[in-house]
Amino acid sequence: MNDTLAFSDLEEFYDRLAAAMDAAGAEKESLLLAKLCMTLAHHVGDRATVLRAIGIAAADLDT
Amino acid sequence: MRPAGRGALDSLYFRYPRFAFRRPPELDGAATRHPVIVAGAGPVGLATALELARQDTACVVLDRKDTVSDGSRAICISRHSFETLQQLGVAERFEQKALGWTHGRCHYREHMIYRLTMPHSDDERFFPMYNLQQQYIEQFLIGRAAELPELIDLRWQSEVVGVECDDNQVAVAVATPEGRYTLRGEYLVAADGAASTVRKALGLKLAGENLPGRYVIADVQMQHDFPTERRSFFESAANPHSTVLVHRQPDDIWRVDWQLEPDEDAEIAVEEDNVRRRVQAILDMLGHTGPWELEWWSIYTANTLSLDDYRHGRVLFAGDAARIVPIFGVRGLNNGFDDAVNAAWKLACVLRGEAGEGLLASFTPERRGATLDVFRNAGRSSRFMTPPSRGFALLRKAVLQLSLTQEFTRRFADPRQVVPYTYADSPLTGFPGRDREFAAGVAAGAAAVNCRLGARGYLLDHLGRGFTGLYFSADGEVPAALAGLPGRIGAGLRLLAVARGPGAGTGAHVLVDEQGAAFARYGAGDGTFYLLRPDRHVAARWLTADADEIAAAIAIALGGPA
Repeated sequence: MNDTLAFSDLEEFYDRLAAAMDAAGAEKESLLLAKLCMTLAHHVGDRATVLRAIGIAAADLDT
Repeated sequence: MRPAGRGALDSLYFRYPRFAFRRPPELDGAATRHPVIVAGAGPVGLATALELARQDTACVVLDRKDTVSDGSRAICISRHSFETLQQLGVAERFEQKALGWTHGRCHYREHMIYRLTMPHSDDERFFPMYNLQQQYIEQFLIGRAAELPELIDLRWQSEVVGVECDDNQVAVAVATPEGRYTLRGEYLVAADGAASTVRKALGLKLAGENLPGRYVIADVQMQHDFPTERRSFFESAANPHSTVLVHRQPDDIWRVDWQLEPDEDAEIAVEEDNVRRRVQAILDMLGHTGPWELEWWSIYTANTLSLDDYRHGRVLFAGDAARIVPIFGVRGLNNGFDDAVNAAWKLACVLRGEAGEGLLASFTPERRGATLDVFRNAGRSSRFMTPPSRGFALLRKAVLQLSLTQEFTRRFADPRQVVPYTYADSPLTGFPGRDREFAAGVAAGAAAVNCRLGARGYLLDHLGRGFTGLYFSADGEVPAALAGLPGRIGAGLRLLAVARGPGAGTGAHVLVDEQGAAFARYGAGDGTFYLLRPDRHVAARWLTADADEIAAAIAIALGGPA
């Protein structure tokens, strides 16, 4: 896997994504996130990593 | 607020002093023009007075109250503030009472997801953070002020009711139990808090945002066995939809903060029965089974509000009078101390004739710059602690849940505690090209760091009242051109020689860096020079000292030609 994102960049991503979700609205927010994931997966470019990410995201959903 | 049946100052652990009104000469016709008037005897006003006194400048402090803060309020004091308190001559009494701490724990549901560890080492005299109730903070500062009666005239029960300012002086209308008088001064420092009378009298307004999210803060007294750490709880059993914070204070007092849910009515939330119920739920969650007593509580809303200009002619605004910052990261009090010191040393230099308009003009860019930096940091903290929208709430939930198994999101729970602001862009910070020649050390504009010096204590113990030059060398011998600088400069300059080992240089000004810590922390080689301002910030630095440039840097740090 490539180098991971610097924490300060991750923070900026957090803020921008929250703003984008608010702009999309509750109804379309899932679609926005799905498109985002597809785009990110494409750019990550590593099969094992993106499949593992689905597992990570699916864990602990009931907590 | 206090429990039913107890008065506003009826505390379980603190005996409130009552300060008498003393009839000032102005009520009997005296027309003294004082160098500085300070409005407000809270921590910021008192720190202003003590720094002015350290600079041998007299002031009159006015406060309408006859005692100290009615509640514990601002309880976290940073290391940088402690280094300031040391310069003000009060660190020892603070250390005896305050609880130092370095760590914190952040929990999501019942899991600990982040361990806060603040930078700390043997080179530090002070802990990264201390907890102490605001009443004690004020009491200790007042105690020090009382030791300096020739320099600090502390006037209680003296309310500022009007301010007039022209090019030559400031006139403050003061209301007292024995009538009104006009107090005249060269300068006024407004440290009179969030509801500043001075600000209103001059028709100035704070601008900015009121953030969503309200917290109830409550103090309880109990025997509770847990170290002094910051504890935060997201979605705990005690407050499933929001956040709880827990801090230990001296005298077996514990601060518990809980966030109200968006639809909760604030007035109902602060009713005593409801406060008791929430406190009990939080103590249950903490596993505290013993008795407890309710001491005091208050409600708090996060704001990012600031004046556009912290200086209005001969009036400088400090602390909450200048700006209101969110509670997260403990920046209100600590930045207030920095405002106080910044205003005070500059006013003292101007009143001594060592500096002019340019030095006072630097107050706003430096201190408002610090505020805007706080807003950036505290804004992030606030968006995490009290998510302002559905998007932020969902993302917080996502990073908290990921933190159960993933390391990479855990830092989002870091409280981003206050760090001193770097005056990199200040008009007082000189020779940026020389600064860039360093690969390490303390950047120009940043606050000086401490170092252990063995028998000689710590580096910051030795700084002067005015500017300090740190000259790094092998043997402590100072070249003639540098040794002549204090005589060349009108403003006070203390030269300290930091030596790798004992050698040719002798005298009290030679500090032997036994462990090499000072050379390392300052990124210094033989011949390196740091110029420190009276407030311990680096005015400029040189890998290899240059006496003419140092003299020029002092002139720049004093705001240009007087």
